[in-house]
Amino acid sequence: MEVKLACMVCSVKVRLKAGCSSVVRSAVGRLVQLVNRGRCTKVHRNFNLEKLRNGYLFTEIARRELQHLEKYPNAKVISLGIGDTTQPIPDNISMSMANYARALATAEGYRGYGAEQGNKELRKAIAETHYKDVLVKESEVFVSDGSQCDIARLLLVLGSNVTVAAQDPSFPAYIDSSVIVGQAGDLEDEVGKYCNIEYLECGPGNNFFPDLKGTSRTDIIFFCSPNNPTGHAATQNQLEQLVEFARNNGSIIIFDSAYAAYVTDGCPRSIYEIPGAREVAIEISSFSKFSGFTGVRLGWTVVPEELLFSSGFPVINDFNRIICTCFNGASNIAQAGGLACLSSEGLEAVHSVVDYYKENTKILIDTLASLGIKVYGGINAPYVWAHFPGRKSWDVFAEILEKTHITTVPGSGFGPGGEEYIRISGFGHRESILEASRRLEALF
Amino acid sequence: MSLAPQSISTSMISSSSSAFLSPSNLNFNSRQNAWVQAKRISVCKCVAAPQEEKIAYKTKVSRNGNLGKLQAGYLFPEIARRKAAHMLKYPDAEVISLGIGDTTEPIPEVITSALAKRSYALSTQEGYSGYGAEQGEKPLRAAIASTFYKDLGIEEGDIFVSDGAKCDISRLQIVFGSNVTMAVQDPSYPAYVDSSVIMGQTGEFQKDAEKYGKIEYMRCTAENGFFPDLSTVARTDIIFFCSPNNPTGAAATREQLTRLVQFAKDNGSIIVYDSAYALYISDDNPRSIFEIPGAKEVAIETSSFSKYAGFTGVRLGWTVIPKELLFSDGFPVAKDFNRIVCTCFNGASNISQAGGLACLSPEGFKAVHEVIGFYKENTDIIVETFNSLGFKVYGGKNAPYVWVQFPGRSSWDVFSEILKKTHVVTTPGSGFGPGGEGFIRVSAFGHRGNVLEACKRFKHLYK
Repeated sequence: MEVKLACMVCSVKVRLKAGCSSVVRSAVGRLVQLVNRGRCTKVHRNFNLEKLRNGYLFTEIARRELQHLEKYPNAKVISLGIGDTTQPIPDNISMSMANYARALATAEGYRGYGAEQGNKELRKAIAETHYKDVLVKESEVFVSDGSQCDIARLLLVLGSNVTVAAQDPSFPAYIDSSVIVGQAGDLEDEVGKYCNIEYLECGPGNNFFPDLKGTSRTDIIFFCSPNNPTGHAATQNQLEQLVEFARNNGSIIIFDSAYAAYVTDGCPRSIYEIPGAREVAIEISSFSKFSGFTGVRLGWTVVPEELLFSSGFPVINDFNRIICTCFNGASNIAQAGGLACLSSEGLEAVHSVVDYYKENTKILIDTLASLGIKVYGGINAPYVWAHFPGRKSWDVFAEILEKTHITTVPGSGFGPGGEEYIRISGFGHRESILEASRRLEALF
Repeated sequence: MSLAPQSISTSMISSSSSAFLSPSNLNFNSRQNAWVQAKRISVCKCVAAPQEEKIAYKTKVSRNGNLGKLQAGYLFPEIARRKAAHMLKYPDAEVISLGIGDTTEPIPEVITSALAKRSYALSTQEGYSGYGAEQGEKPLRAAIASTFYKDLGIEEGDIFVSDGAKCDISRLQIVFGSNVTMAVQDPSYPAYVDSSVIMGQTGEFQKDAEKYGKIEYMRCTAENGFFPDLSTVARTDIIFFCSPNNPTGAAATREQLTRLVQFAKDNGSIIVYDSAYALYISDDNPRSIFEIPGAKEVAIETSSFSKYAGFTGVRLGWTVIPKELLFSDGFPVAKDFNRIVCTCFNGASNISQAGGLACLSPEGFKAVHEVIGFYKENTDIIVETFNSLGFKVYGGKNAPYVWVQFPGRSSWDVFSEILKKTHVVTTPGSGFGPGGEGFIRVSAFGHRGNVLEACKRFKHLYK
């Protein structure tokens, strides 16, 4: 019996005997690619992209969820995987955006290109609201279309010759972008680590804060707090150690404070609460998890004037240059929404939604804890970090999906330090969270 | 070392900072419009109260050498800076901006009501949406494919919606990496060259030639009909080609683009075709590179809603990468672009995308064409003005830009003269590359009254 394989791109067809092993199939796929050579350009693929073994983590999660839905079309799948907000944006904020949009149809209200660094009023509001107790100037705030984009732009500023450290586990965009820009070196398959990246292990054993004494110097240190995926919020003391470490090593911290609004127990919400941080740290943040702007797209980056390269050249000058050349500002409508979020009425409304998600997260913690599963996080972040000792996280992910139709995220997707863990996100409608809890109780 | 100051705001310069903007101990003080000695407080062995030496803390992170190669700020912030300085100097002058190509006319209501509707919907259970597909919302991708690429074999899956062409150019550069060579038209939209420098694809700037090493500059002049003589162009991996062209306004013919595609095919190169001004075409010229047979195997196309729908602030564009476009090892370029889009980007704003969909509805598209028609009339007025003054005028027929020749003169000088004497902002041709020297770009975006007034002032200056 023969199986026909057709190249998806051209008309080349290949016949295979049925029952061929996957090795043979992939070899045939390669053969088909080679046959395409006649139609290939002579442009070499960027070898940095070859170093990325898999697709981006959340793309993979989405894919698996879709596959599952195809297998069980009647299943009511509950998504506690990708940290996607679900609750509507408060009225006064969406109204501001609608009003701004309608004004674009009028002579007085029309606006063309905005300043690439962001609308002045919004920059001021961010400086005055999020940084009211610390020194951050309006001119140091750069409004963007979100953290994932800012991370890539920051790495573009820094270039391929810098060394990078990231927490392990961590938000995949730090390491993936670092690989793309050419900073990471080769992937060591057996350990699942890139050889030029310094992995800062964070686990229960070290209170989710890396042992800095045993850490090598790198130029850049990515640090996320409250943390995605572990949910741990670093204490004042821990962040002081981090800033001192950066200072002693002449490193730059890129501090991701996207979940600052979820802090409950008094941990710092900004790196700039630490004295001396202005000379060593950049802070990135986002309206996504704060205001449900995951689709609207709005965030910001703070680059203090005092942050200097070794030559004395201000980092802010180079970041500004990238913003002006590789970007054209966040959408003006989104920025109008951002400004509304930071009004007193807006802040109140937005915090209610944050509280809603925090309550969701509490329900999940309580459920898992009652099942005897060791859980971390969930107090200062909308993520619960559940431990399944001795088990592979992708297996646990698959088991939960198969048996309860709940999507989660396997910890190893965030780095080798995430193996044995599952991240469960607290975003969802209350009923879904309650239903998910019931299903987990049934399974475990 | 150029003495032209970088575009830095005054708040970035403090007297106690030893942040260096140039190799010497000078800080540019834009209030004084001069380089001033950086102040340093040195150790003073004083009996009463010894002062500590205040030297700014520096990290040990080396600056990215690629950024050091850039000669000045990006062109358009520099134009904005000069305009602002001029307005400070002449606070009563009515400055007219025909410099930065910024749209001025309101967005048609059929489109803004879609933007507003989507905004409202986000505050409802049924209408709320979180993360969208990074490649863009399906209906919009489908509408772009059927509106702009009907019958050209480009499908919804080949379209990647973005927050604009400038951002797409950099994302494409990230895909390509630092080891590719590139060619640009000379003159050209500055983002191509600047993003190439930033990515590390180029050598140093050569002052005498005013070109970056390793970039192939394809001269486009009045003499060659603003299409390069491909027989003199060296092979590069990537070829940036913009048509209708910013800044010259030239629209390549079918015959010319056929030659370009053949050239790319013979050399195994990839064309990045910028079609942001395609709807301004009056003549019969191709609106998409994919109208040329064989282009799907050699070209990427990037475009934008900015100059069509006045979305310069709303932010929406797209890039087309055909499935047939392959790297030398057979790997599809679209797959790598998709990876970048998923990792370094998170999709265009959902509200903007709703607006884009409305632009492509029959009613919306008609309204869009009306606004384009308005700007084209502006362009006609400007062309007629400079023609009547005896200037050699190019472009303007298929693009909202008029390319006016000032033979033998430095374009920055002409820019300054026009600004000083007529209070009209234009763009000096050399800002687009050495091939732009001797030219001024006048953009046709503006209220009709302003365009007429500007033309009156030009007539007065150059009569």
